[in-house]
Amino acid sequence: MNIKILGSGCANCVNLEKAAKQAASELGIDATFEKVTDFADIASYNIMRTPGLVVDEQVIVSGRVPTARQVKELLAPLVG
Amino acid sequence: MSTTVESSTRRKSVQRWGGLALAAAAWWVLYSANQPFWDWLIGSVVGLDLTSRLGSGVHFFFYDSIKIILLLAGIIFLVTVLRSFMSVERTRALLGGKREGIGNVLAAGLGVVTPFCSCSAVPAFIGFVASGIPLGVTMSFLIASPLVNEVAIALLLGLFGVGPTLMYVGAGLVIAIVAGFVIGKLKLERHVEPFVFETKLRGKVIDSSTDLTWDDRIQMGIEEVASILRKIWPYLLVGIGLGAAIHGWAPEDFFATYAGADNPFAVLVAVLVGVPLYSNAAGILPLVDALYAKGLPMGTLLAFMMATVALSLPEMILLRRVLKPKLIAVFVSVTAVGIIAVGYLFNAVL
Repeated sequence: MNIKILGSGCANCVNLEKAAKQAASELGIDATFEKVTDFADIASYNIMRTPGLVVDEQVIVSGRVPTARQVKELLAPLVG
Repeated sequence: MSTTVESSTRRKSVQRWGGLALAAAAWWVLYSANQPFWDWLIGSVVGLDLTSRLGSGVHFFFYDSIKIILLLAGIIFLVTVLRSFMSVERTRALLGGKREGIGNVLAAGLGVVTPFCSCSAVPAFIGFVASGIPLGVTMSFLIASPLVNEVAIALLLGLFGVGPTLMYVGAGLVIAIVAGFVIGKLKLERHVEPFVFETKLRGKVIDSSTDLTWDDRIQMGIEEVASILRKIWPYLLVGIGLGAAIHGWAPEDFFATYAGADNPFAVLVAVLVGVPLYSNAAGILPLVDALYAKGLPMGTLLAFMMATVALSLPEMILLRRVLKPKLIAVFVSVTAVGIIAVGYLFNAVL
């Protein structure tokens, strides 16, 4: 699974990355993490508020920092 | 089974709305007790003369700090919960296909009600322009959003009442509409970094305003209050400290003499000072409050505040990623001219 954190280094992006890493490890997902900080790349995901969470090129969160538990709920159905 | 589910939902909803009602009552008690409490503590217990310089300065500092924090907490909470029904994504959809003119009016209005932080100005700018919304309409949104913000509205309402607040909101909307319209008419698209127009938007749009329960929205309100107060308290303390100093120590007619209604350059100077100054409404308004008490006209003060919150160096640096210097210069000057005009107008009619 490829997980991307979209955002230009704000505190929210760091928190989102933490939540996503925790969620992935709790679910036992073998995920690669990637940070997208370039504005053109971020915008190309059709995101207008950072931070964003992209899983296998699918945007699943934009504009807020979910808790690790919420990320887990979002990731669980995508494991397959 | 279904009855237990029903009763547990009902219990949750009683907890939620009961908790809110309790919080509102506590807020009201604190707000009403604020002034008598400091009168008593500083006047009777500490024994300072409340009409003396030191006494009135110290009283202003504590009383204003608590009052402003209460106002901010209450209004930010309300605004966040209401705004959770809107999103930048929905705003963009509403603006799609609108002509300039009506588009500018709509964009400025939506700039006020859409939950938006200027830290997202760049992705939002790309998202708007790349989806075909005209540059001028996009700028109306980006000007209105910081200019007419909930912190400013909360404080104006608390410190000056409904009249000046409505004036401020109206003036902010007009400035955003006109400035965006002018920028659109100037045909400055070539001064936008070319990659913006080349950006291909892919993937489905995630709208963060749907699929939220009342509990989510209330939670968002609480988090927003905490995060804004965490962010602005240093500005607030400096602002209130300066306000208290002016309140207690500045000679009665010092500011009125140099920046009063009969000085024709006062508004101009206030805006030129306010543009590079980086603060937010929370830092500026205690100052505005103290200066107003010293006889400065409302138009000059509102212009000063608008210049400070609408135009800031950090935001310009961010926008430099998508706008070329010439367009940034036009953006700053058109907005500044609008603010100056509003300042003179208010001074003339009030």
